[in-house]
Amino acid sequence: MKLSFAVNGRKQSLDLDPRVTLLDALRDHVGLSGSKKGCDHGQCGACTVLVNGRRINACLSLAVMHEGDEVTTVEGLARDGPSALQAAFVEHDGMQCGYCTPGQICSATAMLEEVAAGWPSHVSADLTSKVELTQDELRERMSGNLCRCSCYPGINAAIGQVATEVPAEEETAD
Amino acid sequence: MTLDLKLDAPDEANRADDLVQGVLGHENERPDGLSKAIGAATYAAEPRPDGLLHGFLVRAPGIGAVSCSNANSVREMEGVRLVLRDPRMIRNAAQGAANEAPVQGVDRAEYVGQPVALVVADSFEQARHAAQALEVEVETDDAPVDPEAVTAEKPDGRQTAQGDLDAARRDAAHVLDRTYTTSSMVSAAMEPHAATAEWDGTRLVLRGSLQMLKYNRNELADSLGIAPENVRILAPYVGGGFGSKLGISAECVAAALAAIELGRPIRVVQHRRQVFEMNTRRSETRQRIRLAADRQGRLTALEHEALVSNLPDETFAEPVLQGSHFAYAAPNRALRMHVARIHRPAAGSVRAPGEAVGVTAFEVAMDELAVATGIDPVELRLRNIPDKDPEAGIPFSSHRLKAALSEGARRFGWADRPSPPRQRREGEWWIGTGMAAAFRVNAIMEAQARILLTGDRAVVETDMTDIGTGSYAIFQQIAAELLGLPLERVKVRLGDTELPPGSGSGGSFGAASTGTAVWMAGMDLRRQIARALACDEADLTLKDGTIIRGNTRRSLAEAFDGTVLTGDGHVQPGDAQQKVRQATFGAHFAEVAVSDVTGEIRMRRMHGSFAAGRILNPRTARSQCHGGMIWGIGMALTEAVTHDRRDGHMVNRDFAEYHLPVNADVPPLDVHFIEERDPWAGPLQAKGIGELGICGAGAAILNAVHHACGARLRDFPATPDRVLAALV
Ligand code: FES
Ligand code: FES
Repeated sequence: MKLSFAVNGRKQSLDLDPRVTLLDALRDHVGLSGSKKGCDHGQCGACTVLVNGRRINACLSLAVMHEGDEVTTVEGLARDGPSALQAAFVEHDGMQCGYCTPGQICSATAMLEEVAAGWPSHVSADLTSKVELTQDELRERMSGNLCRCSCYPGINAAIGQVATEVPAEEETAD
Repeated sequence: MTLDLKLDAPDEANRADDLVQGVLGHENERPDGLSKAIGAATYAAEPRPDGLLHGFLVRAPGIGAVSCSNANSVREMEGVRLVLRDPRMIRNAAQGAANEAPVQGVDRAEYVGQPVALVVADSFEQARHAAQALEVEVETDDAPVDPEAVTAEKPDGRQTAQGDLDAARRDAAHVLDRTYTTSSMVSAAMEPHAATAEWDGTRLVLRGSLQMLKYNRNELADSLGIAPENVRILAPYVGGGFGSKLGISAECVAAALAAIELGRPIRVVQHRRQVFEMNTRRSETRQRIRLAADRQGRLTALEHEALVSNLPDETFAEPVLQGSHFAYAAPNRALRMHVARIHRPAAGSVRAPGEAVGVTAFEVAMDELAVATGIDPVELRLRNIPDKDPEAGIPFSSHRLKAALSEGARRFGWADRPSPPRQRREGEWWIGTGMAAAFRVNAIMEAQARILLTGDRAVVETDMTDIGTGSYAIFQQIAAELLGLPLERVKVRLGDTELPPGSGSGGSFGAASTGTAVWMAGMDLRRQIARALACDEADLTLKDGTIIRGNTRRSLAEAFDGTVLTGDGHVQPGDAQQKVRQATFGAHFAEVAVSDVTGEIRMRRMHGSFAAGRILNPRTARSQCHGGMIWGIGMALTEAVTHDRRDGHMVNRDFAEYHLPVNADVPPLDVHFIEERDPWAGPLQAKGIGELGICGAGAAILNAVHHACGARLRDFPATPDRVLAALV
């Protein structure tokens, strides 16, 4: 099937088997392997990309559903140099093997927008008041992205630094 | 000429503390960090050579003789190039450092989930569809799958006994006899096992997701029946391993065979559910621990008996007792290992094989003894620290458990703890704290490395991998420190079997082993520089690309005017391992909340104090400790493979059903490193840190659960149903 969409601001016209997921379209047909495949099942978040600004699991979405969409991948976030989150992940060692990292960073990018837009989460006290990105909120909102290396302390410190309103609860280095 | 080191004696020279570049031991960022953060680091499934075909593995749905009756019609499906059923395909991943092919064959499935075919097609979608269409028939036989239902083997050399246990028990003020169980667990690295294979008619080049390349090359060559010289493996980035990628896995051999057969590059990636089954799990364990102590809580007898399992023809048996051999003094002691031969998926190394489960169960037993004797749990451990190896009688190379316990207790605020359980309640939640000691054996493996120095730029080369552990960072630091170069002048090339063979990543030995080889290569270069300047290496000061001698300064670049100097380093284990007992030590502290309505356990905070010799980079080392502690949370609370009682298959083989700790499960973690220089660890005086953090972490959590609510959980993980049942 023919399909066109924009990836990181560039138009891509592809002719794809309708079974190709958005994730495989990006990795194998557009040639951007930054988005990772950890489970192909919507269970790990390694494939998280932004579609029209919102985070989704690219493995759970067929490419042909994205005609005309704007897709942003981890490579796109670095288009004008590493984004603040990308730099903060390096600074706070929010990664070890790095395989979940692109998904974490895409997810965090959209998550901060969701907070700014006032979206509540499972741990929010109520549905309407302004969302404070407490550590509980941050952990809850990032729990769709597994990290087996277990870099959550570094990931949270990195996100916390970028979202300056987060109260620091980072461990002390010694 | 290579500078060799055999570790036979302590190294008291302590050169590392005299060097002046000032980068070793510092909190540097990973040089590979940015490429990972922007998506530029490429993993095994990501190269796309021209003509790439895609393979999908097919699993056996039962145990017994296997046939695929519709293979011919699958071959006719759109895009399909090959249905491969080759006797050289491997049954399960090779064990760590196997160095030869694991069990091979596709005619019989020894466990449910064994790979029995590979379907290759033009696209991934076609290959997956055709693989699903392949009908695999199994003439099911009733192979045993329950470790408790067979007569276990008692391997020689894994049963030890000293003294008179019965007499010690008879005379003891306190005795304890408890049985603990842990479940099968998996490594679950986020990158699935993957291989991209290319064959040029003579040579195979395989991009793999593997931890120990020098062994993997031989394993792959042996599996295929070709010469190791004709195999090159590349693994510059590996998306986590934790033991599951120590040996070659099914997709490596299958991809290589298909590439040879079709003359086209092949990519094979294990599906996540295949990753659970086809690689090695951590064996379930049943552990009986019997302790006897005098009135002061000093152990007079210690018995630890373990039952683990594995498939027929697998030599690995989860070394549950490894930590118990040296953790505590007790004149009368017996350790017994039992192995059940059953047909669950293969068992092998998973992060800290042995101590992860053995120390964890033992540290719950120590907590039970503390309660029984009324002695504070930290104090009980302090009273039982041995002054030499309790079995072999040899000294410890360095022993910092006391410091870890005391410092950990102070930092955690242990002194404020009320000793009886059920003292603190918040709504439906009981709050409590617990602790455990951490123990892990330490080893050095043979390793080689090379440094090329051109002017004031250096390149470190070894086939060592960085599976997230920080190899890139610490080798850069070691070379920069020795050669007096700013970090950015040192590049590190890893993960290519064309480079000098390092130790590989595993068993926490990577940093100290290959790091020491890098050190020796750097030292070799320092000697060459000194020789050229007709001075003693020890009188040479190198800093920021400058050679300083007395009050003369000269830049490295101008002194050697573009010549490439090559430093080669080689380290191998020696007699040190017979002369001293070497280990790493630590102390875990945890605070938990337990709901007595739902049985849910929530972590509140954790602290770990760890002694692992010189810490080469506190930032990457701390991340390793976080990893271990969080794995401890998983082991204590959620992680368990459920095996079907009829055929042993893994029921919950994906992330929806096998529960890894997620961000919301992890509380603030505090990590402290105890200052230590272990002279028996070679010139770096560094030991392994990657696994220590998991050893005993789960025990601190379950001991805290007992302190919170009085429920003693002896079966890991402590899921809410078990907590509720224990709460009554
Ligand atoms: S790969 Fe998409 S969620 Fe795991
Ligand atoms: S960094 Fe390895 S899985 Fe997150």
